[in-house]
Amino acid sequence: MAISFTVNGEKRQVDGDPAKPLLWVLREDLDMVGTKFGCGAGLCGACTVHLGGEAVRSCQTPLGDVNGMAVTTIEGVQTGEAGKRIAAAWVKHDVPQCGYCQAGQIMSATALLATTPKPSDEEIDAAMMGNLCRCSTYVRIRAAIKDAAGIVEAKA
Amino acid sequence: MSAAILSRRGFISASLLAGGGLLFDVAMPIARAADGAPVILTAFIRILPDNRVIIGAKNAEIGQGAKTMLPMMIAEELDVDWSQVTVEQTHADQKIFGGQGAGGSRTTPREWLPTRQAGAAARAMLVAAAAQSWGVAPDTLKTGSGTVTDPASGKSASYAALAAAAAKLPAPDPATLKLKDPASFRIIGQSVVGVDTPAIVAGKPLFGIDFKLPNMLYAVLETCPAHGGLYKSANLDAVKALPGVAHVLTVKGDGTPESGFDGVAILSKSWWTANQARETLKVDWDVSAVSGFSTEGYAAQAAEKRKGKADGDIARTGDVDAAFAAAAKTVSADYDYPFLAHGTLEPQNCTALFKDGAVEIWVPTQNPESGRALVAKALNLPPEKVRINFTRIGGGFGRRLMNDYMVQAAAIAAQVPGVPVKLLWNRQQDMQRDFYRPAGWHGFRAALDKGGKLTAFHDHFITFGKDGKPVRSAELQASELPAGLIDNVLLEQSFLATNMPTGWLRAPGSNALAFVYQAFLDEVAQAAGKDLPTLMLEMLGDPRELARGSNAPPFVTERAKGVIRKAVAMGGWADRKSLPKGTGKGFAFYYSHMGYFAEVLEVAIVDGMPKVKTVWVAGDVGSQIINPINARHQAQGSVIEGLGQALAGQQITQVAGAVEQTNYDTHPFLRINDAPEIIVEFVKTNYSPTGLGEPALPPVIPALVNAIHAATGKRIRTLPITAEMLA
Repeated sequence: MAISFTVNGEKRQVDGDPAKPLLWVLREDLDMVGTKFGCGAGLCGACTVHLGGEAVRSCQTPLGDVNGMAVTTIEGVQTGEAGKRIAAAWVKHDVPQCGYCQAGQIMSATALLATTPKPSDEEIDAAMMGNLCRCSTYVRIRAAIKDAAGIVEAKA
Repeated sequence: MSAAILSRRGFISASLLAGGGLLFDVAMPIARAADGAPVILTAFIRILPDNRVIIGAKNAEIGQGAKTMLPMMIAEELDVDWSQVTVEQTHADQKIFGGQGAGGSRTTPREWLPTRQAGAAARAMLVAAAAQSWGVAPDTLKTGSGTVTDPASGKSASYAALAAAAAKLPAPDPATLKLKDPASFRIIGQSVVGVDTPAIVAGKPLFGIDFKLPNMLYAVLETCPAHGGLYKSANLDAVKALPGVAHVLTVKGDGTPESGFDGVAILSKSWWTANQARETLKVDWDVSAVSGFSTEGYAAQAAEKRKGKADGDIARTGDVDAAFAAAAKTVSADYDYPFLAHGTLEPQNCTALFKDGAVEIWVPTQNPESGRALVAKALNLPPEKVRINFTRIGGGFGRRLMNDYMVQAAAIAAQVPGVPVKLLWNRQQDMQRDFYRPAGWHGFRAALDKGGKLTAFHDHFITFGKDGKPVRSAELQASELPAGLIDNVLLEQSFLATNMPTGWLRAPGSNALAFVYQAFLDEVAQAAGKDLPTLMLEMLGDPRELARGSNAPPFVTERAKGVIRKAVAMGGWADRKSLPKGTGKGFAFYYSHMGYFAEVLEVAIVDGMPKVKTVWVAGDVGSQIINPINARHQAQGSVIEGLGQALAGQQITQVAGAVEQTNYDTHPFLRINDAPEIIVEFVKTNYSPTGLGEPALPPVIPALVNAIHAATGKRIRTLPITAEMLA
């Protein structure tokens, strides 16, 4: 069954099992491996992409649900204003350690800033709790989101 | 690379690159390995015609920062600007590159001198070329930003322009090279962003899981849920008949944990298809030898062992019995901790291509040479027929020191010659086929004299072992403090049998031992009417060095005291009694991986569970913090990882020989909402720099449980911490 959608603004058509998760469609059928496989159960957030502007776990999103939708992945997130600021802050704060979870972190953080330009600590926690970082880069994730949001913190 | 025979003095050669530019190929013997063979450091430095510099990064990168740090050290002594440098990952070959593993926080101490010498050697040849051409003495010339200048004449030449002349010069003897005074460092000591950070942020394919070859097949490998189970039969034909399945193969292990359990591999052009086909696969396993092992069984056996005499001694000094008989006060407590999984976020994977009697491998591994040997043995190939290429590694933590997945991928690829195969585990398999941090039980006793001095210390350690020896990562050293600091010490051990493969988890041994030793010593300090920092400082006593064996530097009491005093000052220890009810501060010190760390932690009880507010970390890893931003990252990550072991609910349990946990919901790690404020400071001492991947982790767990005691009066003697323990 042919499913049509856009990925990072580009029209794509995939003829495949509608049950196949978007994660594996991206990685295998479209050769876009920036989106990562971590748990396969929506528990770690490594596979986070934007679907219609919203952060979703692509390992839990069947291809069939993507028909006619707009998908944004880590490969294209920097074309948006929030994505650009998040990515720049991520480099400035040197957020990654091993780096494997960071595509998902960046997608969640970008979705947060797109809807909540000046997030509170609680809003950052709520938006980012679904993203596991096994290296525990959380201190920097928080700092980079605030930096990208232009939140200036009083120095202790 | 030019061919050269490695002598004990090593060599440095410089050769012109096609199209101009210069390749330095530096090899020099460094500290001798345990077996007495010289270990060779090789560095590649390429100077391009436009004066850009390419530096080879030879070590596995798991997020510890070696891929950035080692080239920083070369660039420093080569005297180029960091902005001129591009870093390239080398392949794995210890004959060329020396040690390339990532483990034990060993990269920094091993590489500190020779890596800088490599850069200095290349610089010396470029300076010599300029001196010859200008007819001046080399030591009158200056370098900087990849240029040699003569202050007297005002002449200058870029390294690229000097390449042709430098290539013809004899190489200097590394021993004669003058290294920079640390006061003049321009790159070392500056915070440098990770060389792969921009590519990670852009989602570039860097990791093992991302690597693809044309016509590659994906493989999943079904293995027995109970470790050590043997393959009997399976409905292979039913699986072969599924759409999209290319091959169904059986793989025979040799029974050792790393060289592959028996399994059934399903190959497909799509990993998702192969993984789905598992649902159809039905394997009959023989689990008769291993189905008797269980968490419940271990606990019962440990309780039995605890009542009896220990199986053997680890350390026996002084007269412990006499000291206990004479004690004014004794303290005793039992502690235990569970098996833990690594849970690297990138599941274990390996790509292999078997062709013409050789196998080429692309793999995220922390330990490539061990993998090469295992693959060679499993495929009955000479080691030189196994080529290993590194990828960036999506989390190591010690898991990828074991190369089981490499052997499995090679064994599958060997059955489909000419077809590249990527083996990728799913999360359940990753959780259930780990090399676990072993569980352990400790029965402690301590004797105090009238003055509150610790006079005797006894630990009956119940661990897993076979034939009178602990399993991997279940060792307790005779030097475990307070051994060496007090007169009467008895460390004993007893062994339980298990089918669980065990392995090294970040700060192996120490991550468990710090918890039990520093938490029990907090109890001892309380019984003696003092606090733990005071007890530790008293026991550390006069300045002295305690031997730690031939392969390790001695433990220096003054360095320990330095970080203890620093942490106590940073963490406002003196004011801890003024905290509100339900809030407390705890302290712990631990020495591991040559690093001295003391930590103070503030915790509040929120909704019945501990909430860590702030952790103050004082560390001594020697004279130089090479990359300060990464040093802080390593300490932060270590602290949160340690807290996760105590607070997130992590434990691996076993029923009928099989692991129960399947994913991050049943073996959780901390999330952003549990990340505390972490303040890290380094105490600089005049010792050669050592590593930071691990030593900040161990003290945070006892600091936490000691803080919980301060906040609640409850002693935590079992991990993970549950709400019931605090109720």
